[in-house]
Amino acid sequence: MADPILCVEKLTKLFGGLAAVNDVSLELYLGQVHAVIGPNGAGKSTLTNLISGELAPTTGAIRYLAHGEGEFDLAGLSSDRISRLGIGRSFQKTNIFLPFTAFENCRLAAQSRQQRAWQIFRGASRYADVNAIAEQSLQAAGLAERGQVNAAMLSHGEQRQLEIAMCLATQPRVLLMDEPLAGMGPQESLRIVALIQKLAADHAILLIEHDMDAVFAVAHCLTVMVNGEVIESGTPQAVRASAHVQEAYLGEAHGDTHG
Amino acid sequence: MRSKLTPVLLLIAVILLAAFPFVGEKFYIQLIAKVMIMAIFAMSLDLLVGYTGLVSLGHAAFFGLAGYVLAKAAPQYAAANLWTTLALALVACAIFALLTGFLVLRTSGIYFIMVTLAFSQMLFFVFHDTPFGGGSDGMYIYAKPEMKIGETALLDLEDFKVLYWFTLGLMTLVYLFLRQVLDSNFGRALIGIKTNEHRLRALGFPTFRYKLASYMLSGTLAGLAGYIAALQFGFVNPEILSWHVSGSVLMMVILGGMGSLHGAVLGAFVFILLQEILSNQSWFGPIAKHWQLAMGIFVIIVALLLPQGLVGLGSTFRKKHKASGGHG
Repeated sequence: MADPILCVEKLTKLFGGLAAVNDVSLELYLGQVHAVIGPNGAGKSTLTNLISGELAPTTGAIRYLAHGEGEFDLAGLSSDRISRLGIGRSFQKTNIFLPFTAFENCRLAAQSRQQRAWQIFRGASRYADVNAIAEQSLQAAGLAERGQVNAAMLSHGEQRQLEIAMCLATQPRVLLMDEPLAGMGPQESLRIVALIQKLAADHAILLIEHDMDAVFAVAHCLTVMVNGEVIESGTPQAVRASAHVQEAYLGEAHGDTHG
Repeated sequence: MRSKLTPVLLLIAVILLAAFPFVGEKFYIQLIAKVMIMAIFAMSLDLLVGYTGLVSLGHAAFFGLAGYVLAKAAPQYAAANLWTTLALALVACAIFALLTGFLVLRTSGIYFIMVTLAFSQMLFFVFHDTPFGGGSDGMYIYAKPEMKIGETALLDLEDFKVLYWFTLGLMTLVYLFLRQVLDSNFGRALIGIKTNEHRLRALGFPTFRYKLASYMLSGTLAGLAGYIAALQFGFVNPEILSWHVSGSVLMMVILGGMGSLHGAVLGAFVFILLQEILSNQSWFGPIAKHWQLAMGIFVIIVALLLPQGLVGLGSTFRKKHKASGGHG
């Protein structure tokens, strides 16, 4: 197997005395979906926030092999810098720009890759390359027909799709997806699962998700977290079979996690 | 919020304003010129408040600083050179914005309001308590700056009508310039910062730089307004730096409607003309002294009924019209 594109090494985040993420290590590979599951409060979102730079880790390293730029330790870098290095994230709570149309949301996201902020005498909609990327990402997320609709007028499921489309418009190599299926109906979920499978071909994906059917359908590798710690990691089959996991999570707590 | 009709209405407004000196009296021509100066000031603040989401209560610092630069740079009894003094005033404002911006932009919300207020009050006391700018009496600018290329005078700003058209031209230019800026990548990013700065950072935008650029542009344009104001009035004193001025211009922006440039212009017109009317003693007698009370009531009514400000009047009206079955 090729080298990992991103290695989380012994990552710890303390909030006061509480270790929200405790000594967590995992690896992401291009072409693979790595799912992280665990009950609420297990530290999954905190882990995402540490990798994306929303939070700075207390200890540990996040080694990332940037395209053509060598290796970086992401720990402590700002979120905008990490994004520009090629790590995109979608948020658990829909986090889009409501006054804009769906297309304009994606155009703004795509614009972040262009170093043209100071060309103030040229209209923002007049960059053909940026428009093309925005159009492609809308299409990839299944929103091609809805581009001119105001983001506030989209259905909840469509807003979740737009969230992913914006992430794609930044042309990332690593995708951090925080509960992309949250609040989606069965039909919409199927579409997003298919999208994740398609994206896995040329991205490294970290997927945080409560929907176990979706997780087992797409994940190549699975990490189980409880109380900030990794209790098991491996292939979906191995994790499903682990007595340790069944005892700690899948068995007794499975019902609670949707609540 | 902008309808297709807006450019037509704006063009008509500019034509009417340009024709006004042919019919108006001197007092009113000078009053409208003052209103247009404040409109430039209000537009500069709208870039910050309405488009970048940064509510400043210290914008008078730039307005006053530019005026003082003109007063200090002008020779005592001769006319100053407009090009050099204007450039000096704008550069001073840009540098002041750069230096204070690094500090104030680390805060947001109520803290941003307080820190911008603090910096402008510091500047106020620098000019109020030291002899550098004439103390609390201020300084006179005896002759209007000259606008020359070589030996040829382009415009004679001593003529109040020429000064009026000069101000109208600048106001129009500032409007078109800001429209263009807001439509560019830079402008879209500013609107993104106002809506959801956290998300914009996650998309890879170094938002601090964008905010600093917006703050500097806003401060420099406020300096342009302050320069022409000092030129028109012929004197500066610390009052032009005071928080009353910052508060008034913020009120103009809110009154007209935040985040719509012509709203800021409309706000300046309504605010100053209303102030002129309400404080007119021959109409209101002794109550005229208390014009601020009436103004306050007016601002409260607008804020309650028109959350989008006076420019919201049009769209509210259209919506009602549509709801009642008409064609909007």
